Amino acid sequence: MLGPFLETLIGGLLTGVLYSLVALGFVLIFKASGVFNFAQGAMVLFAALTVARLTDEIDGKALGLEHFVIAAAVLGAALALVGWYAWREYVARGSGPGERRRLALLAAGGALIGGVIAFAYGKGAWPLWVALAATASIMGLLAYAIERLVLRHLVNQEGIILFMATLGIANFLDGFGQTLWGSDIYTINLGLPKDPIFLFEGVFPGGLLIDPAELFAAGIAAVLVVVLAVFFQKTRVGRALRAVADDHAAAQSVGIPLNTIWLIVWTVAGLVALAAGVIWGAKLGVQFSISLIALKALPVLILGGFTSVPGAIIGGLIIGAGEKLSEIFLAPILVQAFDLAGGGIENWFAYMLALIFLLFRPQGLFGERIIERV
Amino acid sequence: MDSRLRSFPDVLLSVENISLSFGGVNALTDISFDIAKGEVRAIIGPNGAGKSSMLNCINGFYHPQHGAITYKGVRRNQMKPHEAAEQGIARTFQNIALFRGMSTLDNIMTGRNLRMKTGLLWQALHIGPARREEIEHRKAVERIIEFLEIQHIRKAPVGTLPYGLQKRVELGRALAAEPELLLLDEPMAGMNIEEKQDMCRFILDVNDEFGTTICLIEHDMSVVMDISDRVVVLDYGRKIGDGTPDEIKKNEAVITAYLGVGH
Amino acid sequence: MLYREAGQFKTDYAADQQIFPILQDRIFVFGVIAAAFAIVPAIASEYLYTEILIPFLILSLAAIGLNILVGYCGQVSLGTGGFMAVGAYAAYNLWLRVPEANNLVVVFLFGGLMAAAVGILFGLPSLRIKGFYLAVATLASQFFLDWLFARVKWLTNYTPSGSVAVGDLHVFGWRIDGPADRYLLILGMVVVATIVAKNLVRGHIGRSWMAIRDMDIAAEIIGFRPLRTKLLAFAVSSFFIGVAGAMWGFLRLGSWEPLAFDINRSFQILFMVIIGGLGSLVGSFMGAAFIVLTPVLLNQLPGWLGVNMSTAMISHLEFMVFGAMIVFFLIVEPHGLARLWAVAKEKLRLWPFPH
Repeated sequence: MLGPFLETLIGGLLTGVLYSLVALGFVLIFKASGVFNFAQGAMVLFAALTVARLTDEIDGKALGLEHFVIAAAVLGAALALVGWYAWREYVARGSGPGERRRLALLAAGGALIGGVIAFAYGKGAWPLWVALAATASIMGLLAYAIERLVLRHLVNQEGIILFMATLGIANFLDGFGQTLWGSDIYTINLGLPKDPIFLFEGVFPGGLLIDPAELFAAGIAAVLVVVLAVFFQKTRVGRALRAVADDHAAAQSVGIPLNTIWLIVWTVAGLVALAAGVIWGAKLGVQFSISLIALKALPVLILGGFTSVPGAIIGGLIIGAGEKLSEIFLAPILVQAFDLAGGGIENWFAYMLALIFLLFRPQGLFGERIIERV
Repeated sequence: MDSRLRSFPDVLLSVENISLSFGGVNALTDISFDIAKGEVRAIIGPNGAGKSSMLNCINGFYHPQHGAITYKGVRRNQMKPHEAAEQGIARTFQNIALFRGMSTLDNIMTGRNLRMKTGLLWQALHIGPARREEIEHRKAVERIIEFLEIQHIRKAPVGTLPYGLQKRVELGRALAAEPELLLLDEPMAGMNIEEKQDMCRFILDVNDEFGTTICLIEHDMSVVMDISDRVVVLDYGRKIGDGTPDEIKKNEAVITAYLGVGH
Repeated sequence: MLYREAGQFKTDYAADQQIFPILQDRIFVFGVIAAAFAIVPAIASEYLYTEILIPFLILSLAAIGLNILVGYCGQVSLGTGGFMAVGAYAAYNLWLRVPEANNLVVVFLFGGLMAAAVGILFGLPSLRIKGFYLAVATLASQFFLDWLFARVKWLTNYTPSGSVAVGDLHVFGWRIDGPADRYLLILGMVVVATIVAKNLVRGHIGRSWMAIRDMDIAAEIIGFRPLRTKLLAFAVSSFFIGVAGAMWGFLRLGSWEPLAFDINRSFQILFMVIIGGLGSLVGSFMGAAFIVLTPVLLNQLPGWLGVNMSTAMISHLEFMVFGAMIVFFLIVEPHGLARLWAVAKEKLRLWPFPH
């Protein structure tokens, strides 16, 4: 009994690290801007699709002309809108070095997107690292576009309005990603070993079976989690982020540029999405359902607290392990007892777990006790 | 106006040895005083003295760790805010706590919520009792609107009103409950002289006409000394003075707390 | 010049508290309702009924339900689809197992009541948790209910595919058969439900919800009981949503599986509420109209333009256009179509002398 239990537990923890990674994307943005970013899942899908498509042999899977036309039209419109705003500022403020740099960056971004699309609709495949670098840049541009076209116009709106806006962004990205890259199921090949590893063969009969790809993925995720935690706690930018999270107006008044900070967070969240997307994609294939996998990271948020980095990490591990254990050990009992058509309780078990926990500790695992004032 | 010399034989509410702390910070330490039926009682003190915490204890929003509050002869330690409201305690807030998405009329109507009893089904149909009740309470609310001279903003969303008017609407909402004890947390903060005079007039009228007992926190000493019957002074969570305005003016500890002491 | 309230003096509070205090509004609304009952059945095609009018009306009702919770009481819910499913499956089971109750009004009310009960259950956490924490918690109800109806065989009467079907529907002896019958029944129920919703939100119950929404602490201090108020909002909201869910199953789909009420349904209804306007009943109708009509138009558009487009592409386009529209509306007018409508009316009232 102990053997299968440990095996499930380890499998759950490894998945949990991935939940942590997705949850971290949410936490970063919530901490720095108070926005509950529902588009995080869509960003994961978008990044995964981009990488998959760029590294894939496209022969036989070429997309129709309509995809190209519409994608180009959307990108053109977005670029024109962003460019128009930039131009207006350029005219209003004169040609400072900052403005000139921004226009130059914009032009470079446009060129990059053009190149990537032209390539994607051609044939052949890029090496993984080139695709990753290109996707990272695209996520940066996406963050810029979101900040410029959406968030900046919604400053000072209530949280629910911003949340709705991210729902809109999520919808848009889901549609746009599939327009741009097609909706086939792709694979991402990270070149990981496929043979399972057996641990503790002396201790348990048959040992513990562990998928090396999962182990590797969890390793990458763990490193990223640590890097982000350090970035948040120790660097100057991290401090500024925390200041903005505490109080927008106060942070601005001491000279922290709000827009830049938002751009940084959304970029970082985009990169986190990229990492999560690549790892998920390598594990399960890239398809639309990746966008929904992000929903699984939400119980992590309520368990760990929306603003706590350690909460996201620990919460992810708890949810990952709880989910797998419940599916293996609790579901069969439920199926027997209630004559169910199959288990599948992992879809809601994590939510219930988090919910029950929340009833006893409304501030989450690591949140501070809330003192209400009038 | 001179401080009015009136006598109040009955105690409405008494506070006995109240202590309140937040995670090691003592907001209130061993405070006792009473509020007599029908009087205007002021609580004063420097910023951070614990005045608002005191009001929060009285209406059940904070629960003091030690001590008890006796209200209308009933001694209690724990009470929920809505229970305090049901017992006839209404209040206004230091930072205006109106319902910003609603009109002036609806805000004041919410003050009558405890008196509106018709159930879900009548409400859903909006006939018979529900309709009569709505009209009856609307009449009461219109009297308050008239009393506070805010007829012109009856249908305006309160979020758009200037500060002074919002304070007035908030007073209206508290009055709509027809409370026995009215707690006012800095009702005149941030007002100009005219607005303060209006507000003083309303407070005294309420006290005179309806016999409502009033407990208010205020920083403007001339106002406090003019309108209150008795004054409690807090400093760093402790009571340092209690008496009529004239007594308070002569109290050494109070003078020290307000003016500081030369060393 | 026709839209004026000059000369319409209110002489008592009853007149001032009408749903439509301005005479022209009353005439307009009664006109629309009369036309919907009398003129539409004379001219509507089957396509118009099943693809536009019926979905529009049912989803409007669901949007009204959600708006009570989100727009009036300020409790964000992402579990609408789940509550619709409760309504649909409860109604199905009553219809299936109690033949005496084959009266759609009874069946739908039962669906609504069951949904209300489940709504109260999942509303309980709202006492302890607020805002986005609550929003995520309501997702728990969505996923749990999805699972429940997919896995518990009794609820779907042990059909092997998990898909259930209904037929032979009656209302007080009136046999509901063609699309016109279904439309008239839905229209009647939606009109009644809208009046009920309006009565609730304009009375003291509605004020208690709005007080909790605007400032829950102050609301409690002036005497509202937070838990009771919130749970009532959950119950009433879920009731409307449950009735809408039962109608969707019985009168729109006829046969359905749990997928019909998945999380995308929840988001769809939420979008209606947002685009229409939080805290506005007329906005719920506008939002529903917008969300129902946009895909219809998008589907027609390539044909009109003479462009050939795959259905997958159209669905991607739909996602994009929806997403962009939502963002656009939030930026231009966070208070939704209802606010634009109100502003337009105000301008009309003052036209042609706006000063």
